[in-house]
Amino acid sequence: MKSLDNKLMLGLLAFGIFGPVLFPDYTFQIALMWIMVLFAQTWDSMGGQMGYNSLGNIFFFGCGMYICTVTQVGLFYDVGDYTSATGSNVTFSDSQYFIGLGVGILAAGVGASVLAACLGWTVFGLRGPYFAIGTLGIALSAGELFGTWDWVGGGSGVAIPVYPGEADHKSMFFYTLCFLAAASTFLFYRWLFSTRFGLAVNAIRDDEGKADAMGLHTLRHKTVAWCFSAFFLGISGALFGNLTGFVEPLEVAFPTATFGIFMVAMSLLGGSGTFWGPVVGAIMFHVIKEATWTYFLGWQWVALGVIIIINVVYFQQGVVGWMQEKWPEKFGIEVDSSMSMEDEAKEAAQ
Amino acid sequence: MLDNINILWLAPLLNIQLIVDGILIGAIFALAAYGLALVWGVMNVKNLAQGEFVIMGGYIAWFGSTQGLHPILSMPIAIVIMFAYGWVIYRVIISRVVAKDMFISLLATFGLAIVMQQALNLMFGPEVQVADSGLSVRSYFGGSVTIADIRVVSFLLCCALATAVVLFMKKSRMGQAIRATAQDARAAKVMGIDTEQVYAFTYALNSAICGAAGVLVSMIWVIQPFYGLAHSIRSFVIVVAAGIGNLPGVIVSALGLGALEQYGGFVLGAEFQQATVVGLLLVVLVYRQIQMRKKRQAVV
Repeated sequence: MKSLDNKLMLGLLAFGIFGPVLFPDYTFQIALMWIMVLFAQTWDSMGGQMGYNSLGNIFFFGCGMYICTVTQVGLFYDVGDYTSATGSNVTFSDSQYFIGLGVGILAAGVGASVLAACLGWTVFGLRGPYFAIGTLGIALSAGELFGTWDWVGGGSGVAIPVYPGEADHKSMFFYTLCFLAAASTFLFYRWLFSTRFGLAVNAIRDDEGKADAMGLHTLRHKTVAWCFSAFFLGISGALFGNLTGFVEPLEVAFPTATFGIFMVAMSLLGGSGTFWGPVVGAIMFHVIKEATWTYFLGWQWVALGVIIIINVVYFQQGVVGWMQEKWPEKFGIEVDSSMSMEDEAKEAAQ
Repeated sequence: MLDNINILWLAPLLNIQLIVDGILIGAIFALAAYGLALVWGVMNVKNLAQGEFVIMGGYIAWFGSTQGLHPILSMPIAIVIMFAYGWVIYRVIISRVVAKDMFISLLATFGLAIVMQQALNLMFGPEVQVADSGLSVRSYFGGSVTIADIRVVSFLLCCALATAVVLFMKKSRMGQAIRATAQDARAAKVMGIDTEQVYAFTYALNSAICGAAGVLVSMIWVIQPFYGLAHSIRSFVIVVAAGIGNLPGVIVSALGLGALEQYGGFVLGAEFQQATVVGLLLVVLVYRQIQMRKKRQAVV
């Protein structure tokens, strides 16, 4: 397991560094792929590892995007004036741009986690499908609300300060940031799930009532886990907003029906609840998605829905989950055959 | 916003208009929500494709009306087609997720919803459509309250359909089997009920009910391939507010939702209608949590 783990990590690192050098035309696509990896990991830290399947994690992505934009502009100019003139009235100097971007990305992460902490008090009393529908409602209503908030541009959106420099430099700059964000998310969760906190989170998934009875402060653990995931999602939102250069509430900031669902689909495709599953799933999903977008244009959404259905109905354990079942010894899982016989007998008796 | 509230205060008849409109539309919501509660209660599947079934029924009626068939007459056709469609969907997809984790069924039906809305979009285009019923609009109270005849007709049809479904559930053998399965699936199996058949029938019945509701929606309102999600969320709001297996509760909260949505649309502006529905969903969920917290339980 250890050697496989290291090989995979080295492979990803190599692709992360040399990918845009080898395929310069696809730099944007590869950057998007890293954001997808980040999406899948943050979703799976809740859905797969904790058993809280959120359909509204995209909320933090959009909030991060708006927080970053407002910070980038608001540090130097009046935000209301800027949005009402759709950003045409001001220019940012180099230092202003980079200071704004740096502060904005941090503010996006922190602001999103603060929002997660506030929301945690209201939604963690919901379980299972209620939690999924409640979070879906939060994401949908956020999109509608931002669409009517004129201070941040309303439904017509707001342009983000333009990168000072050439287009090539811009794409490489944001590619590097996206890769760093995905890599730090990966390493962070790798560390987190080797600690007691990871065990506590898994205990909540397996039996929340028992975990509670064992003295685990479940609400606190759930809220903190959500804050972590919101932190990285907020950063990814800030980066994605700067990558596209334009923030609009329904299609860019709160795309509940696209990115919001992709997160879930990617984790399930790779195998939710396994550490490598979301990463593998995100990369596969992104490649499949780009292929269908290119070759089945017009039918891409039908293809997406069919993938989701086939995935959850016929292939629930996902790619990595399936491999774990097939070759458990490669993943360091020991199967005690006497135990599994007993379980089968128990199931038969039920 | 305050101006609009002021208008309501100054012209009390407008309230009557909004409430009557809300109730006439709410009756259709009740139909779709009853279907959801049925599937939820019997097989524990949360059907997120509920709204898409409604819209699909609407498109059947609209397509019939372009071929010269009156939308009301196309209702039986829609019911039959949607029943068969629901049966097939159950056999292909739902039967494989019934026993699984609840989130799996939620996601599977969400995938189904995406496929259906996109397929409808590819077939009929993204335009907003209305099936013209050809009935007139009448005004009451000296012209300050106007009610389209078709809304009254659809309300009556709703009542008739709901009565038929309730009678079916109470009197027929299949209805009794469905209720028995909802109470205890294993016991029902032991008593010789083919629960697999019951599940398939329940899902198909839900689909047919939604199809009938969709025919009414296409006549009194508008249909569009992507309007399904709002209908799904409405059904969820109603069922969560009323609780499963509480038929009077479903009716009352559906009519209430219809009226509240009309008020929300009037006071805040028409573009807020969907936001009102979603906002109400959150309000209901938070309220349920507070209720359950008093009993030291979570909303499961």
